Amino acid sequence: MRNKQHKQIGFKTVVGLILVLALVSAALLAPVLATHDPHLIDTENWLQPPGAGHFFGTDRLGRDIFSRVLYGARVSLAVGILAVVLAVIIGTVLGGFAGYYGGLADMAIMRFTDVVLAFPSLFLIITLVALFDAELWLVILIIGLTGWPRLARLVRGEFMRLRNTDFLVSARMLGSSHSRAMYYHLLPNALGPIIVSATLGVPAAILAEAGLGYFGLGAQPPVPTWGNMLRDAQLYIRQAWWYATFPGLCIFITVMAFNLLGDGLRGYFNPRQKV
Amino acid sequence: MKAGSSMQKFVLRRLAETCIVLLGVTLVTFLMMHLAPGQPLQANPELRLDPTAVERWLQLRELDKPLAAQYLAWLSRVCTGNLGISLLHNRPVLDMIRERLPATLLLTGSSLMLGLGAALPLGVIAAAKEGKPADGIIDFISLCFISLPGFWLGMILIMVFSYQLKLLPAAGMVTPGESGMADLFKHMAMPVSVLAAGTFAYYVRYVRFAVLEILNQDFVRTAKAKGVPPALILCRHVLPNASIPLVTLVALSIPFLFTGASVTEYVFSWPGMGRWIITATLSRDYTVIMAVNLIIAVLVSLANLSADLLYLVFDPRVRLRE
Repeated sequence: MRNKQHKQIGFKTVVGLILVLALVSAALLAPVLATHDPHLIDTENWLQPPGAGHFFGTDRLGRDIFSRVLYGARVSLAVGILAVVLAVIIGTVLGGFAGYYGGLADMAIMRFTDVVLAFPSLFLIITLVALFDAELWLVILIIGLTGWPRLARLVRGEFMRLRNTDFLVSARMLGSSHSRAMYYHLLPNALGPIIVSATLGVPAAILAEAGLGYFGLGAQPPVPTWGNMLRDAQLYIRQAWWYATFPGLCIFITVMAFNLLGDGLRGYFNPRQKV
Repeated sequence: MKAGSSMQKFVLRRLAETCIVLLGVTLVTFLMMHLAPGQPLQANPELRLDPTAVERWLQLRELDKPLAAQYLAWLSRVCTGNLGISLLHNRPVLDMIRERLPATLLLTGSSLMLGLGAALPLGVIAAAKEGKPADGIIDFISLCFISLPGFWLGMILIMVFSYQLKLLPAAGMVTPGESGMADLFKHMAMPVSVLAAGTFAYYVRYVRFAVLEILNQDFVRTAKAKGVPPALILCRHVLPNASIPLVTLVALSIPFLFTGASVTEYVFSWPGMGRWIITATLSRDYTVIMAVNLIIAVLVSLANLSADLLYLVFDPRVRLRE
């Protein structure tokens, strides 16, 4: 039974990894793979259904949706990955220190976390992006800098729980330093929640960026993003089913790919599930 | 006796800290708003306004005073329970919240109940049947739901159920001239489904994870070895322990009930808080932004505090620090 479970976890990792790699290469190779110029306006062929000439059809200005979706992948992937890397680093370090050392450090860090957490992240992101007319790199920074508090709380809780356990007390008595105890004994035991949180983090960042595009914020047209394509498509869902379907499907597949990969990695990293 | 007094001290200290957090949040919001380029009336550059009229408008709302004076004036007004008047709508913010809150609570409350109601039993089943087909199916469903962007799902639902099948209304909460539960339920069906799907997917993974965590503990193995029936182990030993992290998670999600799911409200033109907050933010309605951020900050702080307290009550291993 354990064996079977093992295979299943491996399967998820493999499928997720293949999908992620395929998406990343598609984004990198967008200029090669695109069948049309994503900015090319061709008003005579507006709202064409999917067919041989246009795989995913055309939009309200006759632009090729397939090519636009490819270029949109660049924006989504960059935002998702970079923002989460930033958020995980900040959240783990701050949460870990707060949970392990306790006392004044804990209080200072957690009150700071509370201030950030007290802003609902999507509104905070929307407010910041709207007020500062943020460009893409600033959007990444804003999503990353607002995405860590929940993770910090989770890591702190885990470290707090674990630092009173026997194995950590033994490790400390055997002479392991604070940093060693945190890194080798507490961090591996807290990896489950960290990975679950990061797993939900990439999709959250990609969805946040798509949401911004949907509200007309972030990367501005004519730069194609999945979010601003959906914003345009909303007015045409009666006439053109393909307009909203394909950009959304891309978001779905990308988010799914990262979820699969994260799930697989969690099974791989968490020793309690491997035993 | 001693435990009770240290608990009191803890709550008092946390409440004092909460006040500091609230001051910090309002100050940060205020500075962010005013340091950002642009003003309420200039949010729309195509709007050409007479400069003297703009000046008078700002003067009337005391927006021409120094920032420190503005913030202090706002603070003293809030302390008397006055959240101010919306710059955009010229109406008391509190009245506007009162009109919109019920619609949002109806939407988010029923979604949370539906999503959590499905996630608890299915998460426990998935953990108990770890690695078996039931676990795989539940996992796949949650993966799909968690990966669906809510606003896209909403658009697709509208496309299918409103425009193709003509079964459900695409927007709003009530049909004008019609009343009754049936009409309300018809309007709620799609937005609640979208929100509940997300809620379910989010919680079912945590439930499964929390239950599995406990199932692998030594005391569960001991209970098994003693010959305690599996159902009893689950109810008496596993579920109480697994509920600790879940209680925290649910407590932390309470503020979300009030702000609503802005994006979903936007897609379905739901007359609630979320859509209003988004519009206010985009048009730089200062008083609304300040009021909303304050209210949310209060809710989040209280939710955090109650999460910590619940942790203490449920898990004696978490000790209070003297």
